[in-house]
Amino acid sequence: MSMLIAYRRRASALHATRASIGALYGVALASAALIVEHPLVLAGLFVAVLLAGRACGVSREMARTLRTLALPILLLSVLVNVLVSRGGLTVFARLGYFGPLGQVNLTVEAAAYGLLVGVRLLIAALAAVLISGAVDPDELLRSLRRLYPSSALAATVATRLIPVLARDAERMADAQRCRPAGLPDGARARLGILRAVIAGSLDRSLDVAATLEVRGYGSGGRPARLGRSLSRHDAHFALAAIATFAAVIATRASGVAGFNIYPVLHLSFGVGVLLTALAVPALALAPFLDHRGIEP
Amino acid sequence: MSVLEVEGLSYRYPGAETPALDDVSIAIEPGEFCLLAGLSASGKSTLLRAACGLVPHFHGGEFAGRVTVAGLDTREHGPAAIGALAGTVFQDPETQVVMGTVRAELALGLENLGAPQATVARAIEEVALALGLGALLDRSTHELSGGELQRVALAAALAPRPKLVLLDEPTSQLDPVAGDELIWLLRRLNQEWDTAVLLIEHRLERCLAAADRVIVLDRGRVVSDADPGTFLGWAGAASPELQTPGARMFADLGIEPAPVGVRQARATLRARGMLEASGAAARGGSALDAHEHSGQRSRRLSWRRNAKRAPAAEALSMRGVWHELRDGPSILRGVELVLAPGERVALLGRNGAGKSTLLRHAAGLQTATRGRIERSGRVALLMQNPGDYFLHERVAEEASAAAIERVGLSALAQRNPRDLSGGERQRLALAIVTDSEQPPAVLALDEPTRGMDRGAKHALAGWLTERRSEETAVIVATHDVEFAAAFAERVLLLAEGRVIADASTAEVLSGGWYFTTETARILDGAGRALLPEDGRELLRARVAAAGKQHARPHEGGQDARPEVLR
Repeated sequence: MSMLIAYRRRASALHATRASIGALYGVALASAALIVEHPLVLAGLFVAVLLAGRACGVSREMARTLRTLALPILLLSVLVNVLVSRGGLTVFARLGYFGPLGQVNLTVEAAAYGLLVGVRLLIAALAAVLISGAVDPDELLRSLRRLYPSSALAATVATRLIPVLARDAERMADAQRCRPAGLPDGARARLGILRAVIAGSLDRSLDVAATLEVRGYGSGGRPARLGRSLSRHDAHFALAAIATFAAVIATRASGVAGFNIYPVLHLSFGVGVLLTALAVPALALAPFLDHRGIEP
Repeated sequence: MSVLEVEGLSYRYPGAETPALDDVSIAIEPGEFCLLAGLSASGKSTLLRAACGLVPHFHGGEFAGRVTVAGLDTREHGPAAIGALAGTVFQDPETQVVMGTVRAELALGLENLGAPQATVARAIEEVALALGLGALLDRSTHELSGGELQRVALAAALAPRPKLVLLDEPTSQLDPVAGDELIWLLRRLNQEWDTAVLLIEHRLERCLAAADRVIVLDRGRVVSDADPGTFLGWAGAASPELQTPGARMFADLGIEPAPVGVRQARATLRARGMLEASGAAARGGSALDAHEHSGQRSRRLSWRRNAKRAPAAEALSMRGVWHELRDGPSILRGVELVLAPGERVALLGRNGAGKSTLLRHAAGLQTATRGRIERSGRVALLMQNPGDYFLHERVAEEASAAAIERVGLSALAQRNPRDLSGGERQRLALAIVTDSEQPPAVLALDEPTRGMDRGAKHALAGWLTERRSEETAVIVATHDVEFAAAFAERVLLLAEGRVIADASTAEVLSGGWYFTTETARILDGAGRALLPEDGRELLRARVAAAGKQHARPHEGGQDARPEVLR
């Protein structure tokens, strides 16, 4: 099963939005996830991202991302934080003295904080899936090409090569299965396959680069400004991105939805927290309520 | 001013011992439709790459001489600048499409030229309409089939309305219908827009009638540069591998001039009284029809024998096989197929008909969503890209010495597989997939003749035919109808995942418009003659029969013999 998330034009408000604003919306959700502290607000944001994915028809890709990444990200962040954090008073395991790490005591607070960081990263990853599936990469690269032609060239080659190479690798694996003895065994054989894939990818890169050359990519020309007016969806998602991000910043600055992990875990569920936990997903999801003109 | 002018061009790739091009001089005028012909490795693709500036800017190497495109010297202007004047389409569509959607792909060239948005939008609409891509504009490029990708690549090259279009075997991945459409579209654009076309093509019968001129390369040198008729005359004497099937049939019969296309061939035969008014009339009961009908009977009987033999021993059987994509269409729809040991079968059909999927199911690379597949032994599958099978630095390491000898590559055992020619790579991949003590029950090949010249195809057909002695059934998915006619005894025609025809090669290929050979088109399917040799025998029989009829005393005393007898 391919891990690639391919953009496909679907009937959704986010798909109908111009790429730059769609990307801004996704980045706002990811940034909000990295700023939010309170687990309840974070849960609200998590639900918002999942529902946005559902509205855009990328639920399956999100589910696949969760299946693949959730456990490794959560485990890793908890493990690292538990081992390196010196905060927290509720010790649940004493591992003794470990060289450069010194005395290692595992605390509930460190584990909880690690879990929180993992969830934040996971929401950011889901926001990236949302952007990949619902924001037209060509339109985005076009905007980038106007500003940074060289970087856009590299990005174009990379974005094109990833699916091409993924298909190459699948095909080569199939070809090796067609050998009478099946897929070769052993480290040397695997090294041979890796070498063949790399050699093939270099050939492919050259072919793609040659195509870009003859299409005039290196001529220094820049795409003309599109000069189209803001659509209703452009305006809605731009406002939603700004509002969601502002709400999160305001909440953090005011301390309404703050909570303390160290030294002892303490969660408060005041009105401010509940309101923020409801307001963030409401703001983020509001643009999806408008279904006018979303057909491809 | 010539749109392309090549003067004394010699070129050697970095590290190569021999030059790829040797003192080549040609000029192409605006509105000319030129074919670039030649055997494999004759320098055709290199000349094309020199015309678009990739040689020497992209590939490096030693370059001598001068190439100018609409006045721009390629030594001073790189491929990007040349790209504004010359659109280029290479062989592999997969690496020619760089953007995520068809619309963005078509816009790319014009945007790089800094064209205003309105110009870009209009060009996209027009080129999409011209190439029938309207429905694909907002599709993701990674969802497209090989044929669709090729059309998108062509549209992207044409969108800026270049003065010159350079195409390297653009029809190699297209089915006969799409291939013909593409050639005639090029001709139309060429006539209406005055766009010069330089087209590399191995299957010359496909495009010769549309061309104004044929340039032939041999070992990097121009050996012929003439109009199609003169070229065929030259090929008959100097390079028979380049003759079209129609020209070969005419040469065998001693008829001149060699025909440039089906229409001219039929006109010549009709003028000589060798072609009946219609195919139906040709089978109307005259003395010569006895020969034609006996031919039909023998072919039909031969196929019936195969059909009867098939159930007794089955190398492969597919019963009601479906391949249904989740949230997508059905690629195979209840396919029924039985292959007998030693049988040679061609699998034809339009792009996206399900040919490759059928072969993958046969080889066990995919699992049917419904239906049953049984194999009497291993199914060796050779997929479209032989390079995917290579893992080592030397040919000798890829397969056993016996297998390498069987495909005739022993002399190249120490070479790097990636340095082999297209035909040699194909043979090495065949050695890899058949490298076992027990020969495979079935050998399945997916588009094996892509990029091959006629000699290489002939050798491959011979090699596949020899597998009969090992009782290996051979099934080949191909768009090359001439190759199918040459090697197969049975043809399956696939359409939208269903087998719509399954009969002897003569029955399936002799009566169609597209899935048929040039010989059959010339003779309107008469006598079910598919190959030039069949056509030659049929026409000789006609002449002999007409001779016998006219040998009897004539009432009017006039000589009413066919022209060819006089």
